[in-house]
Amino acid sequence: MAEVKLLGTWGSPFSLRVEMALKLKGIEYEYVEEDLSNKSSLLLESNPVHKKIPVLLHNGKPIAESLVILEYIDETWQNGPSILPKNPYDRAMARFWAKFLDDTLAEAFRKTFASAGDEQVKAKEQVQELLKFLDNELKGKKFFGGESIGFVDIAGNALAYWMEIFAELAGIEFIATDKLPHLCAWMEVYLNSSFVKEHLPDREKLVDSFRARFQKTG
Amino acid sequence: MAEVKLLGLWGSPFSRRVEMALKLKGIEYEYFEEDKKNKSPLLLKYNPVHKKVPVLVHKGKPIAESLVILEYIDDTWGDIGPPILPKTPYERAMARFWPKFIDEMCIPTLRRASWSEGDEKEKAKNEAATLLKILDVEVKGKKFFGGETLGLVDIAAGFIACWFGVMEEIVGTQILNKDEFPNLCDWIEVFNNDNFVKQNLPPRDRLVGKYEAHYQAVKQARAA
Repeated sequence: MAEVKLLGTWGSPFSLRVEMALKLKGIEYEYVEEDLSNKSSLLLESNPVHKKIPVLLHNGKPIAESLVILEYIDETWQNGPSILPKNPYDRAMARFWAKFLDDTLAEAFRKTFASAGDEQVKAKEQVQELLKFLDNELKGKKFFGGESIGFVDIAGNALAYWMEIFAELAGIEFIATDKLPHLCAWMEVYLNSSFVKEHLPDREKLVDSFRARFQKTG
Repeated sequence: MAEVKLLGLWGSPFSRRVEMALKLKGIEYEYFEEDKKNKSPLLLKYNPVHKKVPVLVHKGKPIAESLVILEYIDDTWGDIGPPILPKTPYERAMARFWPKFIDEMCIPTLRRASWSEGDEKEKAKNEAATLLKILDVEVKGKKFFGGETLGLVDIAAGFIACWFGVMEEIVGTQILNKDEFPNLCDWIEVFNNDNFVKQNLPPRDRLVGKYEAHYQAVKQARAA
């Protein structure tokens, strides 16, 4: 009997990505909520390199890194909807944009939140430039994946939901409808799609947990 | 009009990854040497997001990011030449995990360990040792990271085998040593002496010159 286990945390977009992929494919799994201040021995053994969640365990074999896990799920369970496109060029584009979200855009957001004054103004402009690329990419499309949610949309959960919350807490507006109409439209459809909506963590709880974290380190 | 074009830089480890993959598969391509200080209109057109090499252009459609390109090559020319990624989903997941580790953690740390100084350098050197140990354990008992033959992880790890070796020589560090990292050093020996790899690494003396110049520039900027 195939055994699938996910080590994750409730408030993590990376953990949620894996849950979304498993649910999309209709795969049964055991979820283990990790306490990052007291990591389980299973987590430390399964991901000795990074010691982070999410980690997927399939028949006891661990896979770490959310995007790597998503590709593994797509390749292993070929029944059900595809996460990545079929055609090599479209697959390359999906991988490119997911990397863009996690590396380039995330770094630009980090810089914005970590800076102040003129530096922050510059950092905000950089974020706007990057978001414009995403906005262009969505022209004529409902989702990054086309008609249905795909790899980039799943990876985009951090942008659509978490980033928006951080921005509110920091008092910064990133995504204005007039400047980024396609991105705004995507966020609306994405966050309201029944599949996504039912799996997002409660907004108030999430805001409270971040506020608590900011207070601890602030 | 060449069906496959590559915009690259002779000294870039990321650019060389793509050349290695193309040559491994025996794919003919037209190469364009870019100039970092004077980027071609073609580069800006084909990679407007990052404006960096390497960019592969296949039948007019551009792909950027070396690891994305390598998977594209493997997907597109799957039936031609040796595979770049393994066959089974689990092995493929591992083959994706390690290059990510190399690019996100190892390369920035190894660069910092080389070019910085003082406390920053010491910290980076310690981090580098931890990261290299992880790779040392991973390659133990194997000829290549990919097993019996060269694969995606080996191609990605080329930075460590070639570029980092030159950096260490220039700045006078010995972070990567046989005592602490016997398996990794064995792999480096095999990798650097492999006939195919040898033909696809940048000329060492040119790389030495490039890094010498970089080191001087870094030191001058610090003194200013």
